[in-house]
Amino acid sequence: MLRISRLTKAILIAIVGFLLIFMYTPLFVLILNSFNESQISGWPIESFSTKWWAFAKDYQPIRDALLNSVLVATGAMIIASILGTLFAFAMKGFDFFGKSTVNILIVLPIALPGIVTGVAFSNTYSNFLSPAGINLGYFGMIVAHATFCIVMVFNNVFARLKRMNPSLQEASADLGAGLWQTFRLVTFPQFRTSFAAGALLAFALSFDEVVVTIFTAPPGVDTLPLWILKEVGRPNQASVVNVVATVVILLSLIPVYVSQRLARAQEEER
Amino acid sequence: MTQVVAKKQSKPISSYLLRRTKVRLLSILALPMTWIVGVYIVSLFLLLITAFWNVDPFTSLVSPGFNLENFKMVLTVPAYIATSIRTLLIALSVTAICIFFAIPLGIYMAKIAKPWVRNLLAVAITLPLWAGYLVKIIAMRLVFTEEGFFNWAMAPFGIRGPGFSIPIVILTLTYLWFPYMALPVYTAIRQIPPNLFDASSDMGAKGFTTIYRVVFPLITPAVIAGSVFTFSLSLGDYLAARFTGGATQMIGSIIAQNINLNPPVAAAYSMIPIFFIVIYLMVARRTGSLERM
Repeated sequence: MLRISRLTKAILIAIVGFLLIFMYTPLFVLILNSFNESQISGWPIESFSTKWWAFAKDYQPIRDALLNSVLVATGAMIIASILGTLFAFAMKGFDFFGKSTVNILIVLPIALPGIVTGVAFSNTYSNFLSPAGINLGYFGMIVAHATFCIVMVFNNVFARLKRMNPSLQEASADLGAGLWQTFRLVTFPQFRTSFAAGALLAFALSFDEVVVTIFTAPPGVDTLPLWILKEVGRPNQASVVNVVATVVILLSLIPVYVSQRLARAQEEER
Repeated sequence: MTQVVAKKQSKPISSYLLRRTKVRLLSILALPMTWIVGVYIVSLFLLLITAFWNVDPFTSLVSPGFNLENFKMVLTVPAYIATSIRTLLIALSVTAICIFFAIPLGIYMAKIAKPWVRNLLAVAITLPLWAGYLVKIIAMRLVFTEEGFFNWAMAPFGIRGPGFSIPIVILTLTYLWFPYMALPVYTAIRQIPPNLFDASSDMGAKGFTTIYRVVFPLITPAVIAGSVFTFSLSLGDYLAARFTGGATQMIGSIIAQNINLNPPVAAAYSMIPIFFIVIYLMVARRTGSLERM
């Protein structure tokens, strides 16, 4: 056991308490401000009302933005799930020249700042593909998102494959199953929870992404974060932004909950 | 035996692939590698090429060419140099603050708190990570604005916040990326075997000495791994500066301003954060802690 004096312990508790206040005060201020009756956020809140919630519920731009966010995140998730899983299988089952380079390539889109990734894509789209007559538009945004989501699926699936018993696959092949049959009946059932967790993380990462989206979204298309970004600049509707932000906080509880459940399911599988 | 042969013949592709490891690897890697290299690496490469181009002053269109003017500008214009240094210092400050708070938090969670407190804290640290990047920036904006929560709460003590400025940018970035440092540090401290503490105290070390001589060396790899995130994410950020920094400009602000007006300058300036991060990764790699990421 680590033995420390009472004073040290008191200092540690004070630091932890301070951190919790630091982490949660802004979120509470934001959530309370979504019930602020006034148009402009502030503190202390003079009077509370749910009128901005009612307004946001039927406000078409918010619905459009939410739909775009879900579409982009779903597209990115599907592409990233396929590519990330393929990478995981290659990195697990084989030794080959340049393996560490491939590893860096997978991590690179998330290791480099979002602005570099965003500018790189934007530059390719508008200065190379557009002059050549190719306009990716909406799909360009999905391509960019999928690229930095690959690592999420890869990490999860790879970690699971490393712990898997390879003799099961060999047994399956010995019994005459083809590669696809083995994958479908033997391999996939063993890593599907990790696969689901990775896909969920990819969806959440894409849903939350702002910087890459700014540079790759086609004109006139807003995702939810882009909509928030535009509205923060305008002071007249600050309270609606707080409503949407509160909804985003509440939505973020879903992946936390699901990933905890999946982690538990994974433990039981072992 | 005949049966096995018959099955093998019925699955010609599978048995072919099973015998040829290289072909199998190639068929697995072809699609993802084409994507990463064809989409991403090519884009980065094109960005580098664009950095040598220029903008036609009359048509304001990008025209191919080869000149070093953009790089010269990025490296010699005082405002650009100042922004690079400012951004670097902000990213380093954020990293330092994250380390400073992550270690006591990790020690408390892993070695002192009761199990239920520990689990509660683990969830409490992870939750804000998911709360949304932009949401957290708006939340910090609400707290530190002139008529905001901070000034209200501190008014009885006669304290006023600095308003939107560099310190608030550092605070916002710390708020955004702290979990990336806190979680690996906590995990590393949890993995320290308890008998090391017993040994240390048997040999007469007090709590602080044990933390300094035993805990610090063991968690250095985790700190470095966490710092790669806090440093790299802070270095490339510009929305925190835009919404909580007042007039503060970071590298990202200048890249974002130029992307439509003058893409070659934006491209050249993008090489600065890449350069800083590569240097940082190389230093981190020498300490041998990247394998643990």
